[in-house]
Amino acid sequence: MKHIKTLNKADLKGSASKGGCGECQASCQSACKTSCTVANQKCEK
Amino acid sequence: MIHKYKLNGYNIVLDVNSGAVHVVDDIAYDILEFVNENMDKSLDNSAVDLLGNKYEKNEILNTYAELYELYANGQLYSKDECKKFANMLTNSPIKSMCLNISHDCNLRCEYCFAAKGDFGTGRELMPLKIAKNAIDFLVENSGPRHNLEVDFFGGEPLMNFEVVKATVKYARSLEKKYNKNFRFTITTNGLLLSDDKIDFINQEMSNVVLSLDGRKEINDKLRVTSKGCGTFDIIVPKYQKLVNERRDKDYYVRGTFTRNNLDFANDVIKIADLGFDQISIEPVVLNENLEYAIKKEDLPRIYKEYEKLALEMIKRKKEDKCFNFFHFMIDLEQGPCAIKRLRGCSCGNEYIAVTPSGDIYPCHQFVGQEKWNMGNVTTKSFNNNIKEYFAKTNIYTKEKCKDCWVKFFCSGGCNANSWQYEGDVAKSHNISCELEKKRVECALMIKAATV
Ligand code: SF4
Ligand code: SF4
Ligand code: SF4
Repeated sequence: MKHIKTLNKADLKGSASKGGCGECQASCQSACKTSCTVANQKCEK
Repeated sequence: MIHKYKLNGYNIVLDVNSGAVHVVDDIAYDILEFVNENMDKSLDNSAVDLLGNKYEKNEILNTYAELYELYANGQLYSKDECKKFANMLTNSPIKSMCLNISHDCNLRCEYCFAAKGDFGTGRELMPLKIAKNAIDFLVENSGPRHNLEVDFFGGEPLMNFEVVKATVKYARSLEKKYNKNFRFTITTNGLLLSDDKIDFINQEMSNVVLSLDGRKEINDKLRVTSKGCGTFDIIVPKYQKLVNERRDKDYYVRGTFTRNNLDFANDVIKIADLGFDQISIEPVVLNENLEYAIKKEDLPRIYKEYEKLALEMIKRKKEDKCFNFFHFMIDLEQGPCAIKRLRGCSCGNEYIAVTPSGDIYPCHQFVGQEKWNMGNVTTKSFNNNIKEYFAKTNIYTKEKCKDCWVKFFCSGGCNANSWQYEGDVAKSHNISCELEKKRVECALMIKAATV
């Protein structure tokens, strides 16, 4: 592509059907905690 | 739904539902003005005519063809495939616990959400017996979850460090029997850090949060001892020692910015220059009438500051002196699954907070609000209705979130803030939303600039 550069191979839909196992760290958006925000969460799968 | 914006010379397009991020040139950006959810194979003639004032017809058609290809591949104006999972969200095992090991604090920070450490309920340290009951409660209610998190929080947890140590020992003694892996974390203001405490923390805690607001004059204005003395000179050397000895284990130096230091990028940079590379400085959330609270009219100033910080981070990254800023960290490839993104924080469902007397609340920010008392770890009473309520709360049950472009990065914000400042968990806290959007815009731009 000449006019567009896509930064990622995101596939939220696919991640939904395989996800939800719950083994990852709890997250807290407020960051007064050690937990991460959702955006920087590591998936443990 | 898409969200497009220009920042630092980049034209960025986020396809909200797939999560794809595109950097496009001006012509593609302008064409998008004429495009919506229902893209046709060819661009509307009237649009071609209008764009013809600025671009060559062939260029317009070729660019449109590229955009259409994204659309056909589900990377532009893709459909929302996650909503259907929202109805399936269930009450999950509890896997994470905030142990308010000390409702007492040796600082008197002006903006403290915990009412200077005691959460408005009187100064109190958690007895070991209660801490053990809490650990038992967590193990009993964690179902098949293997990884369990316990965060020592306060107040100031180092004021009750013997109980912290004994609690860690007790929890470790249960790991084998119940097939659990405990991950401990601690949040401290640093004043009581000593060499042996540093050793213990570095050995046992998988993450540690070290509070510091940045420049000495900023930190020492609000983070003061009960005698009114500043803390910067006491804590910084201790933090440096702790972090130096920590090797690859996680830590954060975290602070708060208020109306006093809307130029907070300078505080982040100061912390980086002190040798820390994991940094979080977040906006204070307070009632708008209070002196230090961030007000709506401060937003443009704060946006500029986030941009300034983003530029500095790009510059340092290129010089190989990079640091992480918590709120700009986004994993575009291997981030959390969509299910996780539907409700973000797990408060009241997978996550609970326990007070020194053993009372259970949905999270540390709900502590002391009687309406949200969920039970007690000693009597083992537990209000499943509240748990159910939070299990079902997600971005599609919140008025503003469902149509918000940032929902899969924000996940509906902080329930406690919504409850406290908007009177309803389902009503997002406006100022926090605007800041979150700006941060994600900056974070995506940093990705664009550093790929
Ligand atoms: S570990 Fe990964 S798949 Fe499992 S819930 Fe967390 S983000 Fe989703
Ligand atoms: S920014 Fe606000 S409206 Fe948007 S998802 Fe977050 S909380 Fe909801
Ligand atoms: S309600 Fe707010 S403070 Fe509590 S866990 Fe959720 S995001 Fe964090």
